[in-house]
Amino acid sequence: MNLPLLELRRQPSRFIVATVVLSFLATLLMFLGGLLDGLYLGSTGAIRAQQADVIVYSESARDSFLRSRITSEQRAQVEAAEGVEEVGGIGFVLLGAQVPGETDIANVAVAGYETPPKGVPAPPPDGQGIADTRLEDAGASTGDVILVGPQQTPIEIIGFVDDTSYLQQSSVWVNLPTWRAVQNANRPDSTVSDDIVQALVVSGTGDLVTSIDTATAGATSTLTKDDAVLALPGVKQQGDTFNQIIYSTLVVVLAVVGLFFSLLTLERLGLYGVLKAIGASTRRLFAGVVLQAVIVAVVAFVIGSLLAIGAAAALPAAVPLQLTPARFLSTFIGLVVAAVLGSAVSLRKVTKVDPASAIGNAS
Amino acid sequence: MTVLDMRDIRKVYRSGDIDIVALDHATVQVDHGEIVALLGPSGSGKTTLLSIAGGLLTPTEGTVVVGGHDISEYNAKQLTEFRRENVGFVFQSVNLVPFLTAEENLLVVDELGGNKGGKAAKGRARSLLEELGLGHRVKNLPGQLSGGERQRVAIGRALFNNPKLVLFDEPTSALDTKIGEQVMELIRTEMKARDTAAIIVTHDTRMTHYADRTVHIVDGRLDAGTVTA
Ligand SMILES: Nc1ncnc2c1ncn2[C@@H]1O[C@H](COP(=O)(O)OP(=O)(O)O)[C@@H](O)[C@H]1O
Ligand SMILES: [Mg+2]
Repeated sequence: MNLPLLELRRQPSRFIVATVVLSFLATLLMFLGGLLDGLYLGSTGAIRAQQADVIVYSESARDSFLRSRITSEQRAQVEAAEGVEEVGGIGFVLLGAQVPGETDIANVAVAGYETPPKGVPAPPPDGQGIADTRLEDAGASTGDVILVGPQQTPIEIIGFVDDTSYLQQSSVWVNLPTWRAVQNANRPDSTVSDDIVQALVVSGTGDLVTSIDTATAGATSTLTKDDAVLALPGVKQQGDTFNQIIYSTLVVVLAVVGLFFSLLTLERLGLYGVLKAIGASTRRLFAGVVLQAVIVAVVAFVIGSLLAIGAAAALPAAVPLQLTPARFLSTFIGLVVAAVLGSAVSLRKVTKVDPASAIGNAS
Repeated sequence: MTVLDMRDIRKVYRSGDIDIVALDHATVQVDHGEIVALLGPSGSGKTTLLSIAGGLLTPTEGTVVVGGHDISEYNAKQLTEFRRENVGFVFQSVNLVPFLTAEENLLVVDELGGNKGGKAAKGRARSLLEELGLGHRVKNLPGQLSGGERQRVAIGRALFNNPKLVLFDEPTSALDTKIGEQVMELIRTEMKARDTAAIIVTHDTRMTHYADRTVHIVDGRLDAGTVTA
C-alpha cells in the first residue's frame, strides 16, 4: 500500500487539470526541440558526414565555404603540416535544379569532394552525382538527369545517401572537376580555376588547428569539425533562439507544477495534520508530493510524446520537424527535474503542518 | 504499573503579547489497563492535557513519562516516532483518509512505520474491524460509512499498533446520544479486552460511568480524581 499512488488511482480527477496542461507543454517542448533538431540536422548534414578532424578555410573567408578559396600551394603546406595524415578538397555551390517530371525547382548544393563523407562512395565520374535522399523526396530517382542552375548543367543521379544535406538543400556529391564546371558555368562572377578548392577536410593526429595554421603562416583558418558545424550560417543563432524558448517553456512547467501541487497541499493540510499525529514524518509526506508530481510529469510526457508523434506525421514534409530519441530523453529529463523542483515549493507548507492541529480544533 | 505519569505540568500558550496558562501544575497518573475520564468545561485545558500526554505538544514545564519513555525533552522527530509506536489517538472530528477503505485506514499505521502491509497486517486489520462490528464494511470508503461507523474505524486505527495508551478527545460529541453510548460501550470493552489504558476527554457527565475513574479539570487545574467504577 502506498498512499500517494492510491490517491492518484482512486481520485484521478484531482490530477486531470495538471496532467492535461503538462501534456500540452510536453508536446510543445518536443515540437520546439523537434524543429530545432530538424533545422540543425538539415543544415549540417554535409559537414557532420565528413570523415575528418578539422576543416581548413582561407583566412579571409571568415569560416564560410562560399567565401573560402584554397590554392594548391596552400594545400601543399597543409599536407606538410605536423600531424596531418589525409587531406581532401571540398567545394559547394547552391543552385536550383530541375528534376525530370517535376514542375517545382528543387534546391540543391552541388558538392565537389575527394575524401568520401560517411555513406558516400568514392567520387563518381564526371557529370554524375550521388544525391541526398531529400532530392528523392523531391521526386528524383536513380538514373534521372537533373538540370542544375541557370545554365541547366546536367548531372546524372546514380545513387542516394542519407543525412548529408547542406543548409536545408539537398547535396549532390560530385567529383571536383564537375563541381568546378557547375560553379563556373552558373556563377560566372566567382569562377574557380583547376587548382582551387573552397576548403580542405583534414584528418590526422595532435593539435591540427595550430599546426596547420602555423604551417601556412596564417593564410588559413582551421576549425574542428564541431566548430565548423556551428560556424554554418544560422546554425548557432537557431540553436540559441530555440533553446531559449525551450528553457522558458520549462520554467512554465516548473510554475504549473509548483502552483498545482501547492494548491493540492493546501487542501490536504488537515489530512497531513492527522497523519503527522499518528506518526507520519514530514519527509514521508513530502516524498509523497514529489512522487505524485513526478508521476504526473511522466504521464504528461507519454501523452505529449504521442501528440507530438501524431502531429509530426500529420505535418507536410516541408516542415523540418525531426523527433530524435535524444530529444525524447532530454524532454523527459527536463519534465521530471521541473516536477521535482516545482513540488519542492510545497516542502515549507508540509514542514509547517503541526501534528497538534489534528486535535486542536476539538473545543 | 503506571502507563502514564505526568508531573507538575505547566503549559503556557503565547498568543500575541498575552500568555494563556492552559495547564497549571497538572499531575496525573494512569495505570495499566485503567480508563480515566477527563471531565471539564470547554476551554479548561482538556485537549491540551491530552496532547501533551500523547506527544503532540511539549509542556512548558514538568515531566511526562509514557510506558517508560520520558518524552518531556523529545524533539519533533523523536515525538513522531514515539507517537507512531506507543500511543493511539481518536479525535473528535472525522479524520480518516478519505480515499482509503476502512481496512486500508487501519493499515496506514503500518505503512507509516515503513512496513509493507503484508498478509499478517491485513489479517489483523480484518479481525480488528470484525471485533468492532465492521466485518461487512472493510471495503467501504469513509464516505460510505455512518458517523458511528467512522468513529469505530478510527478506534480500530488507534488500536492497530497495540499501544499501551489510547487517547480519546470527545469521541462521541459528533454522534447522537444512542450511538455515542454504543461507541463508549465498545471503547470500554476493547480497552478492557486488551488491558490498554485510556484517557477519554468529555464534557458530558453521562459518559463518565464508562470510565474507572474521573478526573475533573477547571481552568487548567486537576482534582485528585474520583473512582466511578
Ligand atoms: N494553540 C493555542 N494557542 C493559544 N491558546 C490556546 C491554544 N490552544 C488552546 N488554547 C487555549 O488554552 C486553553 C485550553 O484549551 P483546550 O486545551 O483546547 O481546552 P478544552 O479542550 O478543555 O476545551 C483555552 O483557553 C484555549 O483558548
Ligand atoms: Mg478540547
